[in-house]
Amino acid sequence: MNAPVTAAKLYDCRDAFAETLEALAAGNDRVVAVCNDSVGSSKLGGFKSKFPERLVNVGIAEQNMVGVGAGLANGGQLPFVCGASCFLTGRALEQIKADLAYSNANVKLIGISSGMAYGELGPTHHSIEDFAWTRVLPNLPVIAPCDRIETAAAVKWAADYAGPCFLRLSRVGVPDLLPEGHVFELGRANLLREGSHLTLIANGTLTHRIVKAADILAGRGIKSRVLNMATVRPIDEAAIVSAAKETGAILTAEEHSIFGGLGSAVAEVVVDQAPVPMKRLGVPGVFAHTGSAEWLLDEFGMAPAAIADAAEALIKRK
Amino acid sequence: MQSQELERIARQIRLRDVQAVFEAGAGHVGGEMSAIDIMTALYFRVLRIWPDDPKNPARDRFVLSKGHTACALYVTLAKRGFIPEEEISTFLQPNSRLNGHPNCNKVPGVETNTGPLGHGLPVAVGMAKAAKLSGADYHTYVMTGDGEMQEGSNWEAIMSAAQFGLNNLTLIVDHNRFQQGAALSETNDVAPLRPKLEAFGWEVSEINGNAMAEVVPALEHRGDRPHCIVAHTNKGHGISFMQDRVDWHHKVPSREQYEIAVKELSETL
Repeated sequence: MNAPVTAAKLYDCRDAFAETLEALAAGNDRVVAVCNDSVGSSKLGGFKSKFPERLVNVGIAEQNMVGVGAGLANGGQLPFVCGASCFLTGRALEQIKADLAYSNANVKLIGISSGMAYGELGPTHHSIEDFAWTRVLPNLPVIAPCDRIETAAAVKWAADYAGPCFLRLSRVGVPDLLPEGHVFELGRANLLREGSHLTLIANGTLTHRIVKAADILAGRGIKSRVLNMATVRPIDEAAIVSAAKETGAILTAEEHSIFGGLGSAVAEVVVDQAPVPMKRLGVPGVFAHTGSAEWLLDEFGMAPAAIADAAEALIKRK
Repeated sequence: MQSQELERIARQIRLRDVQAVFEAGAGHVGGEMSAIDIMTALYFRVLRIWPDDPKNPARDRFVLSKGHTACALYVTLAKRGFIPEEEISTFLQPNSRLNGHPNCNKVPGVETNTGPLGHGLPVAVGMAKAAKLSGADYHTYVMTGDGEMQEGSNWEAIMSAAQFGLNNLTLIVDHNRFQQGAALSETNDVAPLRPKLEAFGWEVSEINGNAMAEVVPALEHRGDRPHCIVAHTNKGHGISFMQDRVDWHHKVPSREQYEIAVKELSETL
């Protein structure tokens, strides 16, 4: 608990994904990478050079890509289907529903460059709806790791998990937050800071920002509980209920629309089981303007100092 | 099994299918009648399958992409021993595993869940590609409707099957010339299919899909490219008043019509 945040170096979680996938493939000849002309953006260059016959590139055709993934799984392969999250989830949502979730196909979806990672490219390339689209589907775990360590752990977990799942990765650099050797547990939040005045919950690229916000709040005499909640579905209800009962207020932050994402998932549990004041930070239901991902997160009120301010305002509502 | 025997089984399947649709008060009888000869040939002659071991990795795969004709698949699977024949009477009933579209997690012999059109062929491409990767020698078959070929996902899959050299894949297009609301030609006429598939690198056969003597050799054909069988069929085939009538896409026969259908199908048993 109270894991130290000392590393300032930033890592692209795609590298951890690619390294882990290559290691898995070295030990299991059924591991297959499926992509939509995204060898470079999915960081599959190393995989391609080591296991060329096991890279299935369908070209720019996401519906086919997901269906092919389901068929590969039916034929005994272990497919990791990789593509920009905006196209993977948006274009192929019905395939994700029918061919993977409903059919229970053992396919691992890897959404690359999610959130606003493609910042300047604009809202067509932003994937700030993917939690909402995917978490509503039965039988599809939805996971957004917060750092390279959790990414590697989640990829290993996915390989062992018997069924479909969706891993939502970014390309924006994040510091190490979890300890080396961390083992991913589905639906289990990680306590990063203990505190009693309120709880901050985030995942993906926002976890390190709420840790920094907690440090700012500590300087103002406010003790925050900080939870990294990579699994959006199945959500860690016990951690949320404990946070509500023990700290009395919950703030969520996510690189996603405030409609339907992590904040909504947390709010559903809070409303049903332990109502307390909440504040949901995210993209406020608009198509974002032009700018880098980091700049847009700041612009939408998710700079660490702004998160700390929102937390202080929230505490006053207790 | 010879053509004559297969034809007899196909008529029995037609009869049980129309009974099930009549009793359930719903179904897609027209497209079931057009497809039943092909499904009979597959399950009683062509497919290497084990009803008592439906997940055997060596099995041939069949994907019914036109999932709305599930009842015909259920009757065929039951007759082949995958599920009890008496279970057909539960079709569409509360809590029956025999849904209006097939569920692979409930019904042995179903490979993937279909229903939304344009899903089966991409999945079948993945199945065939998996065999290429593992060296398995099973063959993958998938049947689509002709109207279904209007879905763009099929053409994504057709391109990739040629690119991957999937000579272990056979696509059967049930070309009955009618879709839900109108004739194919009045809607978005994807016919003729042969030049389109050939342009995409496939080998194409055109057959009478309701003539067993043509169906069997086409299904058993092996070549060096993915194979498309354009199966010219009749919607409602085997029942005089249904044949080639668009309204029999999902119409349910009246009792009088049902009795005529039973009489016609029984006469030829």
